[in-house]
Amino acid sequence: MRYEAIVIGVSSGGMNAMKVMFSLLPKDFNTPVIIVQHIGAHSDSLWVKLLNDKSNLPIKEADEKEKIENGKVYFAPPNYHLLIEKDRTLSLTVDERVNYSRPSIDVLFESAAEAYADKLIGVILTGSNNDGTNGIKRVKECGGLAIVQNPETAESAYMPKSAIAAIKPDYILSLEGITELLITLDKQK
Amino acid sequence: MNRMNMSGFENIDQMQSRLLTDEVFASEFLQDLSIKVTEMFRDPDFYRSFRENVIPILKTYPFVKIWHAGCATGEEAYSVAILLQEEGLYDRTTIYATDFNQQALSQAKEGIFSNKMMKEYTANYQLSGGKESFSDYYISNYDSVIINKSLKRNIVWANHNLVTDSVFAEVHVILCRNVLIYFDKNLQNKVQRLFHDSLINGGILCLGSKEGIRFTDLAEEYAELDKKQRIFKKKY
Repeated sequence: MRYEAIVIGVSSGGMNAMKVMFSLLPKDFNTPVIIVQHIGAHSDSLWVKLLNDKSNLPIKEADEKEKIENGKVYFAPPNYHLLIEKDRTLSLTVDERVNYSRPSIDVLFESAAEAYADKLIGVILTGSNNDGTNGIKRVKECGGLAIVQNPETAESAYMPKSAIAAIKPDYILSLEGITELLITLDKQK
Repeated sequence: MNRMNMSGFENIDQMQSRLLTDEVFASEFLQDLSIKVTEMFRDPDFYRSFRENVIPILKTYPFVKIWHAGCATGEEAYSVAILLQEEGLYDRTTIYATDFNQQALSQAKEGIFSNKMMKEYTANYQLSGGKESFSDYYISNYDSVIINKSLKRNIVWANHNLVTDSVFAEVHVILCRNVLIYFDKNLQNKVQRLFHDSLINGGILCLGSKEGIRFTDLAEEYAELDKKQRIFKKKY
């Protein structure tokens, strides 16, 4: 695979965005996807279960020290930061909130950029704060591919706008466009 | 990085030489690396389950000893004290709250917290099944609050390092939430062995919602009291 992992950051408007994206990704999609979605600290795992029922790919909450496997989707659990270690395992922490958020998109993206360097795709979707901006910047600095949702098509434009103001993304596309691109990239050797 | 800026170093190299030569500075630096983030009634569902599933067991004992391992600045130890008080158990309870970070322990002992967190803590408390008015447990003063003396009386704050120190008491309950996620598998096993040796038969082990014993050497030694909230009971 040209790219070995995809990290996605999504905040308000995320429920619809995730539903759309995972209804479109096919069963044989191989690149692992690791996601931070801002969600209430006290929410239970029901949302991930619901999404899993609608998806062709297995979706689960990340577990501590879990090995990242191809063809799987991992969500950060509520009230934990999710990080990727150099040995491609997932790790959870309860460190301070970053950008008022735990989990924080920046924390995931920055650790993923260090672990995967130019083998990483970073995706910033709909949201109404600037979490993820520093993270996507780091993805680019480490040679990864930066994709940002077109703010005009996002339920909440602030987060994609903030990312676009900080970096020059490789692609700015609608949600459907991003999903198609990911499928194409997934097939590349 | 924060310590680096605070101490006026321009880069890591400068700090490194100081770390190697200045013992006091090195010790302060280590404390910075330890985790000090905690909340009162973090994960309200856990406290609710503790009330429902653990308290009835504790009520059968003439006295109760609880070890809160890795207590950091004490928010969770005070949460447990509040819960026990409301359940009429606090008078016969001793809470050993331990951490290896002396600075955090001193802060915990003082029981002074930032006022701006209280709104969130109150919401947590109510979600956890709290029975009283949360503001009765502290006194507000400008930007800070101080926890009531009556909640402090049965907490023993002590320095204990989970990695290098050994069993110090036989206890009925161990709370160690979101500490083990920072340890590798070998260390986790070692600490789990320490917990197992410290618990009475039928004793209760409470871990963080993303921690478990399934993958440790002691998986067979416990029954699940509440699988989701990671509350385990040591087998007889």
